[in-house]
Amino acid sequence: MSKHQHNEVLDTEPTHHESHIVSPKIYGMIFGALLLGTGLTVAASYANFGVFNAVVAIAIACTKAVLVILFFMHVKYSSRLTKLTVAAGFFTFLVLITMSMTDYISRAWGLW
Amino acid sequence: MDSQAIATQPGVHDAHAEHEHAPHLRHHFESVEQQREASSFGMWLFLLTEIMFFGGLFTAYLIYRNWYYPAFVVGSHQLSIFLGTLNTAVLICSSFTMAMGVHASELRKRKELVGWLVATFVLGCVFLGIKAVEYHEKWEKHHVPGLNFSVQDFTHPTDAEEKPLPMDMAQKTQVYFSLYFAMTGMHALHMIIGVSILLILIVQAWGGMYTQGHMTTIENFGLYWHFVDIVWIFLFPLLYLISRHQ
Amino acid sequence: MSTATIVKLPPQETARLPKRSYLNNEYGLKSWLLTGDHKRIAILYLISITFFFFIGGAMAGLIRLELLTPQSDLMATDTYNKVFSMHGIIMVFLFLVPSVPATIGNFLIPIMVGAKDLAFPKINLLSWYLYIFAGIFTLAALILGGVDTGWTFTTPLSTHYLNTHVITAGLGIFIAGFSSIFTGLNFIVTIHRMRAPGMTWFRLPLFVWSHYAASILMVLGTPVLAITLVLVILERAIGIGVFDPVKGGDPLLFQHLFWFYSHPAVYIMILPGMGVISEVISTFSRKRVFGYTAVAFSSVAIAVFGFFVWAHHMFIMGVSNYSALVFSLLTMLVAVPSAIKIFNWAATLYKGSITFETPMLYAFGFMGLFTIGGLTGVFLGSLGMDIHLTETYFIVAHFHFVMVGGMLMAYLSGIHFWWPKMTGRMYPEALSKLAALTTFIGFNLTFFPQFILGYLGMPRRYAAYPPEFQVLNVLSTAGATVLGVGYLLPMIYMTWSLKYGKIAGSNPWQATGLEWQIQSPPLTENFVETPIVDHEAYDYEWLASQTEHEVQTVG
Repeated sequence: MSKHQHNEVLDTEPTHHESHIVSPKIYGMIFGALLLGTGLTVAASYANFGVFNAVVAIAIACTKAVLVILFFMHVKYSSRLTKLTVAAGFFTFLVLITMSMTDYISRAWGLW
Repeated sequence: MDSQAIATQPGVHDAHAEHEHAPHLRHHFESVEQQREASSFGMWLFLLTEIMFFGGLFTAYLIYRNWYYPAFVVGSHQLSIFLGTLNTAVLICSSFTMAMGVHASELRKRKELVGWLVATFVLGCVFLGIKAVEYHEKWEKHHVPGLNFSVQDFTHPTDAEEKPLPMDMAQKTQVYFSLYFAMTGMHALHMIIGVSILLILIVQAWGGMYTQGHMTTIENFGLYWHFVDIVWIFLFPLLYLISRHQ
Repeated sequence: MSTATIVKLPPQETARLPKRSYLNNEYGLKSWLLTGDHKRIAILYLISITFFFFIGGAMAGLIRLELLTPQSDLMATDTYNKVFSMHGIIMVFLFLVPSVPATIGNFLIPIMVGAKDLAFPKINLLSWYLYIFAGIFTLAALILGGVDTGWTFTTPLSTHYLNTHVITAGLGIFIAGFSSIFTGLNFIVTIHRMRAPGMTWFRLPLFVWSHYAASILMVLGTPVLAITLVLVILERAIGIGVFDPVKGGDPLLFQHLFWFYSHPAVYIMILPGMGVISEVISTFSRKRVFGYTAVAFSSVAIAVFGFFVWAHHMFIMGVSNYSALVFSLLTMLVAVPSAIKIFNWAATLYKGSITFETPMLYAFGFMGLFTIGGLTGVFLGSLGMDIHLTETYFIVAHFHFVMVGGMLMAYLSGIHFWWPKMTGRMYPEALSKLAALTTFIGFNLTFFPQFILGYLGMPRRYAAYPPEFQVLNVLSTAGATVLGVGYLLPMIYMTWSLKYGKIAGSNPWQATGLEWQIQSPPLTENFVETPIVDHEAYDYEWLASQTEHEVQTVG
């Protein structure tokens, strides 16, 4: 078994990012924020914002998701590659939705 | 013309006694760091597939909600906000306990890790229990598409506050419930898989496997668990909270 | 064709296969069935894929036999539907999708990046077992009576109007999808995280870039197919109504979700083949690939743009005209990176020292046939033409030109090119050249008449047709027979070569690339020492200086 050859000059793969240990205090704060968001979204559903009810609900859900991703899933402290990967996943999902919607939104155009 | 010189020297693969690497390091990796990053990256890629997997269902939901909004409103009102909110809180708690578990593993605290994992397991089971109660209720009320669906509740609602739907829109409530069962069912399946793996991890963690420097498995499972939580974070408002002010 | 060749084999009287290699490292069935070695898994895939290719090919033979006569007289029309459905399902999901990545890719990606194995060897093995399960489910569907939806499972036909084994076949493909996902996942992690010191992204062989792009598609696209199949199965099993117009569902939703995967799927199929072509053309022109960066970025561009064009399979299905316009425009765009690659390969040939060994013959075939297939794809991408040409034999000819004339030729090119590396033996050159020529002639005879048939209006998936189309159909069937011979020949002589082929040595083609600097067949751990890369890809000067200063040792 060859010894691990660590050659700084030739190491084109900088694998040393900080092994950050997130403190329980941060976890606690995020936990609180998530519960708050849940209460908020239930309350908002009882208010009448018309068509914006859905927007508010999605916005709150997205915020909660971002908090989970950044802190519980450590993406804030992860490598650029990880961040790019997460972005790529959501981007592709958005492509699926928006390109499908080009059909559904415009099917009735010109018909009445 | 032969490059044999490079490749056919006698192998230098000696006995393991000479190795000075961590016992969990796989031989095709150069270092623990590389292995950890590779497995984390692999887990994220798997989660990408899960985003797209659920993404198909969310696309279907988006389209049908636009088409059959009144049916979706009435269908959503059939779900219990109390149980839905409770389940959301349960899952958020379980995400917190899972994150604390990862933390305990990083700090090599065996008993703490097991405690947090058990808490996560219990909360996961509570979620599934509540889900089972909800599903049972749906069955009782004949709201299961394809199997025993009846539009009676929507054309002639017993609740004075609900307006009756015309027959064709009432029939579209079956689309809402199809999506309800498909999405929450797929989510529940992922929860079941999650708690099953948790059981195994708890046993292994009790034996000390994850508190001696090798925490990648716990971290990666944590990623999976948080992802399943995120799916529910979106499912909850989309399914339970449609126009509750009406 | 000149008799010049770049092949340089070790003197056959004294040449021996290396004493130790991945093939004789361990013995016994268990050592193969429980292996983590990416090279052994590649061989397992090679055998299984060939098996399914034969079954899919047999289905094709039945199709062409039926189409010899205008009437549906060889088999009932229902049976014919089952035959072309199985042909499509097997060829697409069990042959084309895994063909290059699972065999050649699995074998070579770790070696090409300078690693000892893929990132997740156990997942690699799981991927093969999933493939086998998928194959078993598909065979079960076949044996139990077949499925007749076409490989596209269009609703509501598949969910409501058929009593065939849709669920079994659907489950099989669901499983095959996960096999593909795990392969792609493995490749992406390996390429990102396990490159040897000095192996920067832009020193990677273009084969690796192609597989990277294809892997992105596998990971992001296949899950949508998976959920679509789940919905079809639920719809069929309990009638949930998500695709049923009677209950308010939209059959087109199925098609949006299905083609969201299935269009990127065609790029999953072709990109690895293009990777092979880059390697082969460079080697047999003794020249670096022209415009390396352009080819590399084009691979990724094909992958990204490929996600935006799926509804061009749905132009006549009822999508809105405005969205059809958008998708048609984007389809024109996606042709550009493929064209860039063809131009760059042609520029690579220009002023190169070209020789015509078998892999190069297949590569030339690829360039011509893929160009024709690709151009006809552009015709089909334009709305006005598509209305007349879609669902006719024009489409059938188009995708067979790109998939068979393109992809299958690239696969054969790659198998021949890397056969000496995988087995340590050379295949017989004269016979292989004959097979390549036979395949080329057979292919053109089979599929060119189909362009004309489609243009004249013969619909696809029909067992019966107007009598005036018979001549062209007979030509096509005749071609299919020749093509069959062309595919049979390699099966025979490749197997023969395992025992009787000439010993190849580590670099019979005098090619660049890390795989040619190690023994044939390679050691299980690929490299004795981690290579340190200090030269660009396709650096023939570096190769020349290597061999000049080489020490000859007797292994």
